[in-house]
Amino acid sequence: MAGMETAGVGGKVGVVMDSLRDAYGDTLVELGNEGANIVVFDADLAGSTRTSKFAKAFPDRFFNMGAAEQGMVAAAAGASTTGVVPFVSTFAMFATGRAYEFVRQAVGVGHQNVKIVATHAGLTVGEDGGTHQCLEDLALMRMIPGMTVLSPADALETKQAIRAAYAHKGPVYVRLTRDKFPRIHAEDYRFQIGKAVMMRPGTDVLLVGCGLGTSICLAAADLLAAEGIEATVLHCPTIKLFDRETLLRLAKAHRAVVTCEEHQAHGGLGGVVAELLSEAHPMPLRRVGVQDQFGQSGKPEKLLEAYGVTPQAVAAAAKAAL
Amino acid sequence: MPQQKLESVEDLAAKAKALRRDVLLQVYKAQSGHPGGSLSWIDIGVALYYHEMAVFPEDPANPARDRFVLSKGHACPAQYALLADQGFFPKAWLETFRQYPTKLQGHAENHYTPGVEVTTGSLGQGLPQAVGIALGLKVQKAAQRVYCVIGDGESQEGVIWEAAMAAPHHKLDNLCVFHDLNGLQIDGDVKKVMNINPVPDKWRAFGWAVKEIDGHDFTQILEALAWARTVKGQPAMICARTVKGKGVSFMENQAGWHGVAPKTEDYEKALAELAD
Repeated sequence: MAGMETAGVGGKVGVVMDSLRDAYGDTLVELGNEGANIVVFDADLAGSTRTSKFAKAFPDRFFNMGAAEQGMVAAAAGASTTGVVPFVSTFAMFATGRAYEFVRQAVGVGHQNVKIVATHAGLTVGEDGGTHQCLEDLALMRMIPGMTVLSPADALETKQAIRAAYAHKGPVYVRLTRDKFPRIHAEDYRFQIGKAVMMRPGTDVLLVGCGLGTSICLAAADLLAAEGIEATVLHCPTIKLFDRETLLRLAKAHRAVVTCEEHQAHGGLGGVVAELLSEAHPMPLRRVGVQDQFGQSGKPEKLLEAYGVTPQAVAAAAKAAL
Repeated sequence: MPQQKLESVEDLAAKAKALRRDVLLQVYKAQSGHPGGSLSWIDIGVALYYHEMAVFPEDPANPARDRFVLSKGHACPAQYALLADQGFFPKAWLETFRQYPTKLQGHAENHYTPGVEVTTGSLGQGLPQAVGIALGLKVQKAAQRVYCVIGDGESQEGVIWEAAMAAPHHKLDNLCVFHDLNGLQIDGDVKKVMNINPVPDKWRAFGWAVKEIDGHDFTQILEALAWARTVKGQPAMICARTVKGKGVSFMENQAGWHGVAPKTEDYEKALAELAD
């Protein structure tokens, strides 16, 4: 993805770009081959979400519900009562927006074991524009009692997050994206629900990211280092069942905290961190993300720049907070 | 105790009369709830729980059970009366309906009440969940059947028609749905609020096998259920003409009794009408 160069997080020599949704589709097939009692629902976007890989391998366990997301989510809730583990996929806008009340009532209030894996979240949907760039899915899903919320950063982490979601008893939301993202984890990385992972140690400022946000934080740490500011980068792939202890421990060892996500700056990761710090350890905080706006059409890297979700923005926020 | 089964239409009718009293008891004690729509489907419920379905009151999650989803979840007093009488939980619970802390929520929630499969009450949530249950059973080659009751006001919800498309598309012949056509909703006559007619034609057009019956005639209800078992390759829809508030003269066909509890005088009058 040449475009990511503008955002400073990818496309550089030596950076491997990962497709999170391909990793998802491949993992569904692996689970199917291992005999996992899963079924997969999609709403006319199987090619885009990559559930088509599973549909091809296990046609009897795949249900295309047509462009009907509310009924699809409810059907998954019903199916879960029969002992199968349903995965439900469509774009984040429809899974969490259009079908919200079905996620809340049938899945949430019903305490059902449904895995909602949405692709095409965030600004990096790009050209489709503001109607399709879901910038509030983390907030919407985080508000549902009992919902676990995950936002992995690369393919390796996505594969493990999907397996963890399958093994986890209870509803899980997993945020995936259209665009390929830079690989940030080494092969020996082990994802765990509820565990944040330190990506780079520093001393001055704590940069906290999820999804693409972590890559942006890592690039920002390079910019800050060039100015003599040592940043610690913490990756938080679990937004709900959040790793409160690690965040607080690291926050207390730094003079400021900056969050970064391709989501509204409020309600998602930034919201979690602000809520935690304001109650448990008030300290300087800046939240990099979309500032209460809708998205619009454009190349992902142009949009990230236009909306200020860049390494430069994170670095500037860090300096402002210190 | 094991499931009670009733064979004759006389016994089923007597049971329905007794359970109508239990519906009113709940709503009276709570001074809150939905009597009208509970009384319109309770005969169907009695036919399902005492004649048609296999259920396990002492082991509600037994995989051999048939499944029931009350999509019009506001009419749960009738389901609670059925479940209590079958022994899923003590009858004393009925007096706690809608009152904190209670296992009998104002709209049916599986997490609270033994024998309730899924959460409904927000209109339109139940039928698509019943579709999912039917899919889940089919995938696992389970022989159990899925029954669902939807309301006529409820079928103004768009998601009902998403489920209406999905069930025939996926050939769910293990699914049998009753459309409780009592003709009334909160704001009045369904035809005037938002006309849903022609109802049976709509279901046929969506690919369902359709039968029309009087939803208070046990002979017709049992015949329809037997017919539904013979339907192959598509889901069965039983369009049941019903009377809102059925069995209590002053509640019958009165939209005003949709979500209003009787005061003591009306409660006693209703019980007198429903005496054995």
